[in-house]
Amino acid sequence: MTLAAATRDRYLSAYDRVTGNGGRRPAWMRRLRDEALTRFLESGFPAAKEEDWKYTPLASLEGGEFELTPSGGTLSPGDVAPLLPREGAANVLVFLDGRYRRELSAQNALPPGAHLGSLAEAISGELDGLVPYFSRAPLNPFTDLNTMLMEDGAFLHLGKDTEIAEPVHLLFLSSSAERPVMSHPRNLVIAGENSRVTIVERYAGRGEAGYFVNSMTDIVAGRNSAVTHYRIQEDGDAAWSVATLRSRQGEGSRFAAHSASFGAKLSRYDIHAVLDGERAECLLNGLYLGKVRQHADHFVTVDHAMPSGSSREYFHGVLRDQARGVFRGRVIVRRDAQGTDARQTNRNLLLSKDTEADSRPQLEIHADDVKCTHGATVGTLDEEQLFYLRSRGIDVESAKGLLTWAFAGEVLRRFDLPGIRRTVESKLASWLPDSRGAREILRETG
Amino acid sequence: MLKIENLHAAIGDRTILRGIDLSVRAGEVHAIMGPNGSGKSTLANVIAGRDTYHVTEGTILFEGRDLLAMPPEERAKEGIFLAFQHPVEIPGVSNLHFLKSALNAVRKHRGLQELDVLEFRDAVRERVRLVEMEEELLLRSVNDGFSGGEKKRNEILQMAILEPRLAILDETDSGLDIDALKVVAAGVNRLRGPERAIVVVTHYQRLLNHIVPDFVHVLSDGRIVRSGGRDLALELEERGYGWVQAPEARGAEVRQ
Repeated sequence: MTLAAATRDRYLSAYDRVTGNGGRRPAWMRRLRDEALTRFLESGFPAAKEEDWKYTPLASLEGGEFELTPSGGTLSPGDVAPLLPREGAANVLVFLDGRYRRELSAQNALPPGAHLGSLAEAISGELDGLVPYFSRAPLNPFTDLNTMLMEDGAFLHLGKDTEIAEPVHLLFLSSSAERPVMSHPRNLVIAGENSRVTIVERYAGRGEAGYFVNSMTDIVAGRNSAVTHYRIQEDGDAAWSVATLRSRQGEGSRFAAHSASFGAKLSRYDIHAVLDGERAECLLNGLYLGKVRQHADHFVTVDHAMPSGSSREYFHGVLRDQARGVFRGRVIVRRDAQGTDARQTNRNLLLSKDTEADSRPQLEIHADDVKCTHGATVGTLDEEQLFYLRSRGIDVESAKGLLTWAFAGEVLRRFDLPGIRRTVESKLASWLPDSRGAREILRETG
Repeated sequence: MLKIENLHAAIGDRTILRGIDLSVRAGEVHAIMGPNGSGKSTLANVIAGRDTYHVTEGTILFEGRDLLAMPPEERAKEGIFLAFQHPVEIPGVSNLHFLKSALNAVRKHRGLQELDVLEFRDAVRERVRLVEMEEELLLRSVNDGFSGGEKKRNEILQMAILEPRLAILDETDSGLDIDALKVVAAGVNRLRGPERAIVVVTHYQRLLNHIVPDFVHVLSDGRIVRSGGRDLALELEERGYGWVQAPEARGAEVRQ
């Protein structure tokens, strides 16, 4: 969709700001930004008639008068503390409106062979080794927008056999300025052969602020590495939250991406997982919750490019009020990817009659020796289960709360970081229409 | 305690109960027998409040109160318990939490202090042993992956914990081997007492060797066609249901 003149001017001037602000160096980065700009001006935001965006209402986003903040908003350690794990975290990088805030971040002893820091610093340090990681084909106009306007994000590099035992926390906050702000955080994780790490990305902002955050994370998981990624999205109720996660896995590697989506007026999460080595294992496990008029959208592509890979997708949506959930799951099995074992499940629980869930599995299989299954359900709470609980004296609202908790819990129990699981469970408990049972369970297991 | 008068119930537009009259007093054990499709399970479920059945006529009074006006949870809190024929699996809800929530809902209603998880575990341990259930099953999700026998023991465990005033057992014997049957029967017999009543719904007289009823009723085509003492059950065992069936039902059988 071609851009309206005002929108075009807005993004052009944002581009001028970024490139005038150090964003033009080194030359390769400038070139990538230029190319992304050219494509974006050509394509504009994805149009509703495009199949991949059919259910994603972008009109209001396109009209938004977003600006990059001149200096980044203000933030104190008190704003950050509630978003950090209770048990503390050795390594936390905090970003406000897309800029790194060193004074709020913490970096502690990393093992030799590991590097963690600002991506902008790595780029301006003219690390030419980064070029190939930035030169991958864009996925959609949002990834172009990210390349053209990114200011910072995290860069994590693990050498061969390096293990970071503690999870690395990345916090992306959006400030509530007078004008709606936008930011385009960009993260790059390069995990060398036989390395191991867990990364937690958390996105948050104030409820009333109509900001736009458009993040992109690239993960390259080397041979026999194990990389686990979490994305916890708790953006403000008036926000537009767009995110892309792209992974490429080497031989024998294990990659897991867990997610929980709570916030934003409109959220869209694109996961693009490429199994690019033999016997790679990929787990994609996500929960999305929608209330009021929220729109939560997931577009997941798993690309089996090499033999004997296995992928598991579990996405559960819970919708109440007038919320809408969209899940599209695409599985590609390339000709060489014999022996692929791919399974996909998307289940949606509708808690009120004005909700809507769309679920579209899509399989493209070009190999013959493969196991591919997919299943999608959209439904309400099970009447038999409800009656069973009620027949034991549990009132109908608590019974519904308990069953909803259990439905969401099927995804959350795969979260292998107890602290994060707990955080998400607490948020889930307060999200439920009736949270008495859930709170009790949390107390009991606390 | 329980007074059912002229009860008619339907599922959709299919009438299943066609005028049931039944009185159960405290301290009594009643057996409701009858062939498949006679309406036994419907009766049990209507008393517990399952809303897939519509009561089209008649009344049920429990301790003088209108039972049909109460939602299922209210009936449970007033002391009615249904041991399900097919207990449903609830993945993701721990059995322990479920049992505790149920007990606390009932205790709260009775004006008793609610138990915390430790107090509850102490209270429940003894009863778990009585129904010869693996304690590990408490930590699993409700009935999730339980064998048929484990599910039935879990029902009896719930009954033992909730100490209902009126317990209705819906074909609790079906699918049980003799050892499990004895355990279940022992659980029920322990509950017998002057202040409680038990209604055993069963197709076979086998269970009644272990839970000896005071009264036996035969249900056929939605009506109680015969009532008597425990001898009636033995007679049924010997002669089958044919001789007591309602004329319409016999006719239907002949037509088949």
